[in-house]
Amino acid sequence: MEGTLNLVGYGLSAIGPGIGVGLIFAAYINGVARQPEARGLLQPIAFLGFALAEALAILGFVLFFIG
Amino acid sequence: MSPHPLVVRSEEFVAPGSHDFDLPPILGNSEFFTKPMLLLLLSVVIVATFFWLAARKATIVPGKLQFAGEGAYTFVRNGVARDVIGSRDFMRFVPWLFALFYFVLVNNLFGIVPLIQFPTMSKVGVAYALAGVTWLIFNGIGIRKHGFLGYLRHTTVPAGVPAYILPLLIPIEFISNILVRPLTLSLRLFANMFAGHLLLLVFILGGEYLLLHAEGLTRLAGIPALLLALVFTFFEALVQVLQAYIFVLLSALYVAGSLAEEH
Repeated sequence: MEGTLNLVGYGLSAIGPGIGVGLIFAAYINGVARQPEARGLLQPIAFLGFALAEALAILGFVLFFIG
Repeated sequence: MSPHPLVVRSEEFVAPGSHDFDLPPILGNSEFFTKPMLLLLLSVVIVATFFWLAARKATIVPGKLQFAGEGAYTFVRNGVARDVIGSRDFMRFVPWLFALFYFVLVNNLFGIVPLIQFPTMSKVGVAYALAGVTWLIFNGIGIRKHGFLGYLRHTTVPAGVPAYILPLLIPIEFISNILVRPLTLSLRLFANMFAGHLLLLVFILGGEYLLLHAEGLTRLAGIPALLLALVFTFFEALVQVLQAYIFVLLSALYVAGSLAEEH
């Protein structure tokens, strides 16, 4: 087995954004299910939140290659 | 430059890594003109030709091509620019957002087009350049509207916050709004394309190695690996479209934030 601890660290750090992205889409689905006509309003907000939560995983991914 | 696993086939399996993104020069020894450069030029030609052909013979009753072109334009104009920036100011930014979206989209989709199969945005320099343009635009627009100090105040001082917490908030807001925004914008695009391409490489090269070079029954493991490569190719198509959309959506949001009136 070869590899660095960076791999393990990145795997651990991806848990947080994973949960965050899940919560965001859960809330989005909930919102659309309760009020389908709000879909157009909620969609950009959901994707924005998704992008912001994902940024943490992305930074970890880059640090994995730098470190 | 480390050997490219597609060119040099050794008996040992070479795990895909960041060395797979260092492509050999196309013309002579120029390190500058490599496959990503060629793909950038190709994407410009594709986007320009498509929309030129679609808009060339514009008629009141649109043909198939004109209909597709208008649909593509309307998506960015109404779905991103007007909804995010607001109907008063959005028209100024439509050409930029429109070109940005289709440029990024075509370059991302190169990642799954057979025979090309390299997302240009997995080279971080391209993403830095695009995010740099966005950074210049949203800061420039804000400075033009509010003045330099006014813009700094607008973007770093949140409204309705008690004064004693401002020394803590202003540096945080400055770092997050001015310094980190272009970084996350570019790295998000880059890392998604990079990781996606790496994922496909692992499944395709690993599956091929298992199928052709492994011992005995282990070869059978190559079949599900290649099937999963197909599944992940479709998943990548989704990610590539989504990332192009998010890049343009965030660019529009930053501009909208710079243009917002004082509260």
